[in-house]
Amino acid sequence: MAEVDDTLKRIEAHKGVIGTIVVNADGIPIRTTLDNSTAVQYAGLLRNLTMMARSTVRDIDPQNDLTFLRIRSKKHEVLVAPENDFLLIVIQNPCE
Amino acid sequence: MPPKRRKSARSSAGSEGRGKGTDKGHPEDIFPLVLTSTTQELFGCIADQDVTGESPYKLLQKDDIIQDIKRRATVSDFSPVKKIVLGYPEDEVLLVYDRDFTYNRAFYLVLTPEAKDRILNPPEPETPEVFETEVSKTPRPKHWISLGSEQEIEEKSVKETIKKLCYKFSRVRRKFGAPVCFSDRNTADAKDGFLECVSYQDSRFSIKQMQRDCGVQAVPRLRSSSAQTQWKFQRNIFTQYVPRELSDKEKENILQSESLKNFCNSVTPRVLHALQQQEIMNVFSDDWKDLGTGAEGSDWPGKVYQDLMLFQAFTDHKYTKDRKINSIHWHPTINGVIAVALTGKKGEQLIDSTTAVTRPSLILFYSFSDPSNPQLLLECPVDISAFEFCPSDPNIIVGGCVKGQVVLWDISAHVTHVQGAQPSATKVPVNTDTFGIVDHKETKTPVVQHCAMSSSEGCHKGPITDVQWLPPTFEVTRTGLPVENKNKISVQVVTCSLDCTLMFWDVRVQRLLNPSLSGRKQSMDPKTKPTPNSVPDTFRHLDRTWKPLFRVSLPKIDTSGEYIPLKFSLEHYICNDNNTDEATENENDLEVTPDYSQLRMSSAKTLRTLKDVNTKLYIGTVNGEIVYTDWKLEKDDFGRLLSAKPLHCFSIHPRSVNSVQRSPFFKDIILTTGGCNFAIWKEGVMDGPMLLSSRSEQDYTAACWSLSRPAVFFIGKRDGSIEVWNLLEKTSEPTQVQEHITNSMITCIKVCSTSSKQHLLAVSDDQGQVCVLEIPKTLYIPAKSESLNVKKYFELEEDNMKVVLKEEELCGKQKKEAEGLKKRTEPDKPTVKSLDLSKEEYMTEYGDFPSLNEHNLKNIGLWVATADTPDT
Repeated sequence: MAEVDDTLKRIEAHKGVIGTIVVNADGIPIRTTLDNSTAVQYAGLLRNLTMMARSTVRDIDPQNDLTFLRIRSKKHEVLVAPENDFLLIVIQNPCE
Repeated sequence: MPPKRRKSARSSAGSEGRGKGTDKGHPEDIFPLVLTSTTQELFGCIADQDVTGESPYKLLQKDDIIQDIKRRATVSDFSPVKKIVLGYPEDEVLLVYDRDFTYNRAFYLVLTPEAKDRILNPPEPETPEVFETEVSKTPRPKHWISLGSEQEIEEKSVKETIKKLCYKFSRVRRKFGAPVCFSDRNTADAKDGFLECVSYQDSRFSIKQMQRDCGVQAVPRLRSSSAQTQWKFQRNIFTQYVPRELSDKEKENILQSESLKNFCNSVTPRVLHALQQQEIMNVFSDDWKDLGTGAEGSDWPGKVYQDLMLFQAFTDHKYTKDRKINSIHWHPTINGVIAVALTGKKGEQLIDSTTAVTRPSLILFYSFSDPSNPQLLLECPVDISAFEFCPSDPNIIVGGCVKGQVVLWDISAHVTHVQGAQPSATKVPVNTDTFGIVDHKETKTPVVQHCAMSSSEGCHKGPITDVQWLPPTFEVTRTGLPVENKNKISVQVVTCSLDCTLMFWDVRVQRLLNPSLSGRKQSMDPKTKPTPNSVPDTFRHLDRTWKPLFRVSLPKIDTSGEYIPLKFSLEHYICNDNNTDEATENENDLEVTPDYSQLRMSSAKTLRTLKDVNTKLYIGTVNGEIVYTDWKLEKDDFGRLLSAKPLHCFSIHPRSVNSVQRSPFFKDIILTTGGCNFAIWKEGVMDGPMLLSSRSEQDYTAACWSLSRPAVFFIGKRDGSIEVWNLLEKTSEPTQVQEHITNSMITCIKVCSTSSKQHLLAVSDDQGQVCVLEIPKTLYIPAKSESLNVKKYFELEEDNMKVVLKEEELCGKQKKEAEGLKKRTEPDKPTVKSLDLSKEEYMTEYGDFPSLNEHNLKNIGLWVATADTPDT
């Protein structure tokens, strides 16, 4: 528990990070620094998107797998890291 | 064979009876005969030849026998059977050759047909009894009993009624065996090639068809059809859901789990890597786009327009005939509206004083939606030479007249009318006037009278040449001291006129120093006639009593006399207020349009002095000088408030200065034009202009900075053309010259940006015409870091200038000495020289030299007054 906390704190403390969310396999946020409604929205939507991205990658090459997903929007950048049925979502402000 | 056995049965019975008597030993139906050889030959029954033991039967014709009997009578062998034969029913009689002489004769005649049949067709010998049992097993067909069916069959059967005709064809005998040649022949070739038996309707009888066989088959007819249900009632179905959430305990459990730990460990490096990447560089920056200038990047495929395109031209012949436009302003808030001040041309005013009455001076408001008719007219009894919109409230307009008075208008009642005429509005005439003034756009434009005019004692003695509002950030006291502006709206106006003074006016209700004045004012109120409805009461308090706050005079620095200001420019002070409470309060106030009639001037003591306001002005004079002076009044030795002497004066321009414009990007860069050159000044650098252009052929008559590009400005010329200068590209000549924008001298240029995509340049000319040009993209989209570059440029120029001036000083000293020597020897030349020099100096950057020269010559006493510099 402490390790998890530490790692997440390291990420949260990074420059420009607005918030982080850890999501489980069902798309339910487990731990988040944002408010609940935002976290739930992000979790649900990004879970679907990640699954679709993952299936795309694997359809093209079954040996391949999705390691990272980056969505850059006008206002900020969303980083999604899938692994082992969990999902780590980080929202970061661009540096400029 | 028709069975006639019934009959024959009787006859046979008869014949049997007759045959009994002759012979015995043989059956009754047989008559043995002896036939002579001749008879045998006659009948063809020669013994052992025609009839033999194997075939003993011979059928004789009854007729033959009868004929024989007749011919040979008793000789005939058949005489004994004559009667029997005659009574024989059948035609043929059987004669049997009896070889074995069973009946004692050689032949015997069968008398009865049954016997004949019996003999001819002897019945089968009786089968042995062994077979009898078998035969009895197989069913023996019964004897057919006639029940009359044979008659039906006989009726139906087809018999030949007519004997068949038999034709025999044979060839001639000699041709038998001859070779034959067969060939084909068409039957139609020969006439009688064929014989046709056509069927014809025989009229003798007709057959009526009584019965016809026909068959009927029922066939099912197929027809396909389809059905589709219509979705008549569309119904939205929705479900509402609530996001699933885990309870805290569950979350704890998961957080403790191993899998989460592993997940975090594996994911963290990736995420940190990505976060860092983000920090290091912008991965998504488009280098290609950044490479190009703004204009190329945004609008690549289209043709890049370099020129100023004519957007609209406004003329109104009714009002603008024989008038020239002195100044134009874009409406600060309403897009697409220009206000234009018309004045009579110089010559006319003096001559036609009578007509001046009938044609009042006007400020016209033009709108893009209706180019040929002005939207609004602001009227004034005297010609307006300068005006400006109030920055805080665009409905207030201050104007300066040619007689020296200051006038105020309030157009808040007609704003909707002006606004209603937006370029995007439809062409339907709009009756939006709240006052109920019926308004057909084509026929009548609303006219607004001035609502306040300054008093005749307090105004300028000469025509007002420039009028400006003080920015809303500060206000000025009676001594010119800048103090904070509590209302945060523009309340004060500065005017300058040809009577060599500047005046500061306050728009608010003035604090009355004189009680008599107050009495007079109050008594005036009921006395004054009720003004017509169209004039608002905003500035009633000022009407005809308006006096300036204070005056600033412009005495010349070195000589007596005063400068005659034409245009001036003051710095727009941006207030850095530390007092946040006040700021928020004032912000709230700003949102509500300030009611000028309610404002009261505050006492100078209560307001805080603002120390960092730049109270100095740049003034352009009639003689082409640029004067830098402070407007604060100082106390002189006697305690009187006098304006100070100007700090600097530069005679740069050969003729009067048309415009003094501050750059909208740098508050210390000023552009001045006059005569055939222009100069760019930096405030604080008192040695001279940063940039002085070379002389051009045509006079520069108007100038304007671009609102979006710090390095670009527009200059209008006397021949109606516009020059576009870009300081970063070329400083010695314009980047673009566009000819024939207007037909006559350009009097004023103003830039406006209606939207980010459209920048417009309004150009007014001597003949009352206003042209609006569209600035192309290249001229309004700033280049990369343009302001930085311009700043650097000016700094460079400053440094250069300092270096140059130092050199000039040295040179100047030397020349002074040289001249001093020369003047003693040649008294004529200095005059000529001074004239030449004074003209030459304008082409160089020796700002101080002419005055210096003047000074020197005066000292020596050889100063001759030249035409350029007036000495009053």
